Amino acid sequence: MNGEPLLTVENLGVDFRVEGAWRPAVSELSFSLGGRETLAIVGESGSGKSVTALAIMRLLPGASSRVRGAIRFNGQTLSSLSDEAMRTLRGDAMTMIFQEPMTSLNPVLTVGFQIGEALVYHRGLTRAAARSEALRLLERVKVPAARQRIAEHPHRFSGGMRQRVMIAMALACKPKLLIADEPTTALDVTVQAEILELIKQLQTEEGMSVVFITHDMGVVAEIADRVVVMCRGEKIEEGNAKKILLSPRETYTKVLLAAVPLPGSMRGESRPKPFDLGDTGENVAPIMPDPSLPLLVVENLVTRFPIRSGLIGRITARVHAVENVSFSIGSGETLALVGESGCGKSTVGRSILRLVEPVGGAVLFEGRDMLALAREPLRAARQRMQMIFQDPFGSLNPRMSVGAAIAEPIIVHGLANARQAVDRVADLLRKVGLTPDMASRLPHEFSGGQRQRIAIARALALGPKLIVADEAVSALDVSVKARVVNLLMRLQAELGLAFLFISHDIAVVERISHRVAVMFLGEIVEIGPRAAILEDARHPYTRELISSVPTPDPSRRTFRRAVETKEAANSLRAVDYRPPRREYREVGPGHWVGEF
Amino acid sequence: MAAFLTRRIGLAFVTLFTVLTLVFFIMRVLPGDPAQVILGDQASREAIEALHVRLGLDQPLAAQYVRFLTGALRGDWGLSMVSGRPVLGEVMKVLPWTLELSAVSLALGVILGVPLGVWAAVRRNRFLDYVIRAGSLAGLSFPAFVAAIVLLLLFAIELRWFPVISARRGSLGAWTQSIALPALSLGLNAAAYLTRVTRSAMLEALSEDYIRTATAKGVPSRIVIWRHALRNAAIPIITVAGLYLSTLIGNSVLTEIVFSRPGLGKLIVGALSQRDYTMLQGLMVIYTLCVVVVNLISDLAYGVADPRVSYG
Amino acid sequence: MSARSPVGVVSWLRANKGAAAGLAVLILLVLAAVLAPWLAPFDPLEQDIMNRLKPPSHEHWLGADYFGRDTLSRLLYGARVSLAIGAAATLIAMIAGAAIGLFAGWRGGGFDAAAMQLMDMLLAFPSLILGLIVVAMLGPSMPNIIAAIALTSIPTFARVARAPTIVMKRREFVEAGRSLGFSDARLILRHVLPNIFPEILVMGTLWLANAIRTEASLAFIGLGLKPPTPTWGGMIREGFDNILDSAWLAMVPSVAILVVVFALNLLGDGLRDAIDPKLRNDP
Repeated sequence: MNGEPLLTVENLGVDFRVEGAWRPAVSELSFSLGGRETLAIVGESGSGKSVTALAIMRLLPGASSRVRGAIRFNGQTLSSLSDEAMRTLRGDAMTMIFQEPMTSLNPVLTVGFQIGEALVYHRGLTRAAARSEALRLLERVKVPAARQRIAEHPHRFSGGMRQRVMIAMALACKPKLLIADEPTTALDVTVQAEILELIKQLQTEEGMSVVFITHDMGVVAEIADRVVVMCRGEKIEEGNAKKILLSPRETYTKVLLAAVPLPGSMRGESRPKPFDLGDTGENVAPIMPDPSLPLLVVENLVTRFPIRSGLIGRITARVHAVENVSFSIGSGETLALVGESGCGKSTVGRSILRLVEPVGGAVLFEGRDMLALAREPLRAARQRMQMIFQDPFGSLNPRMSVGAAIAEPIIVHGLANARQAVDRVADLLRKVGLTPDMASRLPHEFSGGQRQRIAIARALALGPKLIVADEAVSALDVSVKARVVNLLMRLQAELGLAFLFISHDIAVVERISHRVAVMFLGEIVEIGPRAAILEDARHPYTRELISSVPTPDPSRRTFRRAVETKEAANSLRAVDYRPPRREYREVGPGHWVGEF
Repeated sequence: MAAFLTRRIGLAFVTLFTVLTLVFFIMRVLPGDPAQVILGDQASREAIEALHVRLGLDQPLAAQYVRFLTGALRGDWGLSMVSGRPVLGEVMKVLPWTLELSAVSLALGVILGVPLGVWAAVRRNRFLDYVIRAGSLAGLSFPAFVAAIVLLLLFAIELRWFPVISARRGSLGAWTQSIALPALSLGLNAAAYLTRVTRSAMLEALSEDYIRTATAKGVPSRIVIWRHALRNAAIPIITVAGLYLSTLIGNSVLTEIVFSRPGLGKLIVGALSQRDYTMLQGLMVIYTLCVVVVNLISDLAYGVADPRVSYG
Repeated sequence: MSARSPVGVVSWLRANKGAAAGLAVLILLVLAAVLAPWLAPFDPLEQDIMNRLKPPSHEHWLGADYFGRDTLSRLLYGARVSLAIGAAATLIAMIAGAAIGLFAGWRGGGFDAAAMQLMDMLLAFPSLILGLIVVAMLGPSMPNIIAAIALTSIPTFARVARAPTIVMKRREFVEAGRSLGFSDARLILRHVLPNIFPEILVMGTLWLANAIRTEASLAFIGLGLKPPTPTWGGMIREGFDNILDSAWLAMVPSVAILVVVFALNLLGDGLRDAIDPKLRNDP
């Protein structure tokens, strides 16, 4: 670093106007960023990290926010610039990319147009010149067949490809500073690995500085030179990446780190192990299931969705969401079903409960074939297996009090009368770590983690033996996530529950599962004991998946991987498609690998 | 795009066919014998029977239905029961008046409504927004004939700028003079409606992530509003404007009465009061055709505006 | 929606002056209609040749019509007709339309496609013409006019109910209900309906305005209740015959319709802002 840093933030404060009062979102934040440096700002939702980024770009809504403090960029004080001067800076010397690749591109303009736009307004290029430059940029970010794709609209691109387009757009004018606001959070891990690699490469080649905003310490290890940890609008720790990753000072930083898988940390553990949260609240010794008692047996499950089009709704293609999936879960056991978005793992869960109707196979639950049940017996059978969902805001009826929501299944199934149900509700709320007086409140009065506890209480109301947890902790902040996972493990030990734990999050899977099944394009490619899958994967897809997961290992900052750019595969097939029969071979005790 | 169009055209035919069928059966189910209505209460039994034969009402329902359908498609819509002239000719004579009025009104509505709506959205919750919102709400509250009466009173009767009876053609000047007030009375209503639609579509578009992206790359705010946001807001606006055109065709009934202007509306009111069944049948077919064509045009425009549609 | 409790309603009305004004006008209108026999200075049907086409005066505040009938009295009695027809038609359309939309959205598939195709056709057809034909064919009686206006409004309610039903159906709390073994009826009535009801109610307010406007339009064309029953549209029609010399006869009921429709639109708009977070006024 020579002379003045590229970016200095001094005593930044941001307030938002909420229902007539000013509420602080960021306070007393100071940091600086040198040339060619990457600074990661880490924190959970509400920590003020994204607000900081928007404040630097002056993209906060003027009427409902106010910014204090000084932001100096490239020798200029940004707050003193006119709107027009700020505009000429944005997209030129400083640019930003955002979290949601699906909504951050304009759907009615071609990607070529959108990439070229900055060049038109900052460099005065003609449309034609901007277009040929856009093509060069699109090739630069390694979008395959760029020449054809430049004239296409964003909806034809997958999430990862859109994020590449966003990066091309940001790089158009060779910026000095790139602010990346959780650019990989919405992406699958293998795609995340590609994008992180791309940003690293481009940064070296362009010599730009990067502010990288994330909640994931694994990503920090991949990309950051220095780290600022934020919590509730304040900086709580700052230092170089290596130091923060290896010897964090604050408890909060430790919790963030605990949520990331550390290779080898579970080595030698035969049972699941709760997250270490520095307290003893949820720590209960997990149980080992008895494998001789299968609670659920799934055999050759097939679920396909027809795609209809044309005037009369002819079936023109099918999504082969689930193909020949077989596995079993023992009483008190957790089987994790992992895979990336679109691999069919959620459909497996929904098919088992018949929330979607499978087209083939058998689901034997406690010896009964669920797929053969008629409406009424099915409704009764559903008492014994329950589901918890991903979205803590969507899984509760916003107009029903928490108590009524938990009591409803008890009353509907005639397990208790209204008065007894009140006691049951109080009991269940206590069981999930809430208090009985919360029963009269409405869902919007609770935080995400609390709502997920309520959803768990409701699922427990009927005394199920199996719970299908579909990405049940994925939408939660890392520290909350760890607590809910520990709760699930405690409930398993107390009630002898079995879980089908559907997740893309290897860090959580590593802790909670007895066995792991990996899905890819509707099929299970590998299944076996947790240690065997995570430490001794045989299938190439499993290996890629596991190696893509960022780990808090500082040496990964300089690590360069050879990442090929893949177009996202999907399981959409022609009508006459006949899926091949997959053979499995046993490579270890209970460890099966699909042919490849 | 081709697949999308084929589908829409197919649907248009389904609609047309369904409405024709409905029209046919409604006409048959309604109380009252058309022959009796035409010939009056004193008519002899023989005269009524003879008219039945002439109108084809003596044949089985299925045969009548087939005859009606083929007739409707071939352009043989029968003779008016009142005037005895071919229905198609009568309808075609006044159709241009109604179409012209509706089209000019819609154009007026778009020209006034879209910019006002954009403006209000951009100045959200500022003085200008409140004024535009209140104005458009007031405009929307005017029943079409009330607006027509007010305009008539003010500009034709008090100020005498325009004719009271607006049925002139010929020179451009005469045409403008005659269409100005009727088109204004309908157009102000359309403008009020489109202002509201545009405002909410723009508010939605302006809150999207891609607007932030455009701002973040230094696109001037004028371009962000009129190109990035309005191009997206145009999609719902087109749909609504298309639907509204058929409302305009319907509401022109009132305007035609107030301004004594020829058109479908006057024809249908006359046919209804005289129970001219064949004329009514013809009018329903023509209204349906208008609606179907309008929908096709708006689908086409929609397909052009939204690339997600045109890729099919 | 912020207006959950009575206190919430008051503070919401205080913040949303337009909606408050709209509500006030609506309450006044209902009072005027209900109390018409006591408020009206004259019998609305009583003809008085001496006062024919009399301009507004001390005796006849809003003048008298061609038959010498008191305009103010006719206006007050006319409010009863407008409100009764508007409210009944809107209520029928709301219930029928919401039922169709809910069911179609919930069931999906072929039934949904067919029902919505039908609704779209109805929606695309000029509603005034449709109402016109129905009333002309069945005869201009109160039930027929109500039926005609209801028929033209059903498709809108079906659309308004269907879209959020589909959203709700995919919401996880409904899926959770299914996995808890709840019946479809329970899910629709206890979980979906309460959540989409505010939107239907807002539409109801806006379409009450529309129904009152349509009734007046029909009456203006000559398809309202038979004279001498006073209706606002009919009064405008009669006044229009004397538009050149006694303009106020058409203007008074026109202004009445305008004020009422405007008030209802204000109220509906305010309600919509309150339930739609996207269009909410505070950012």
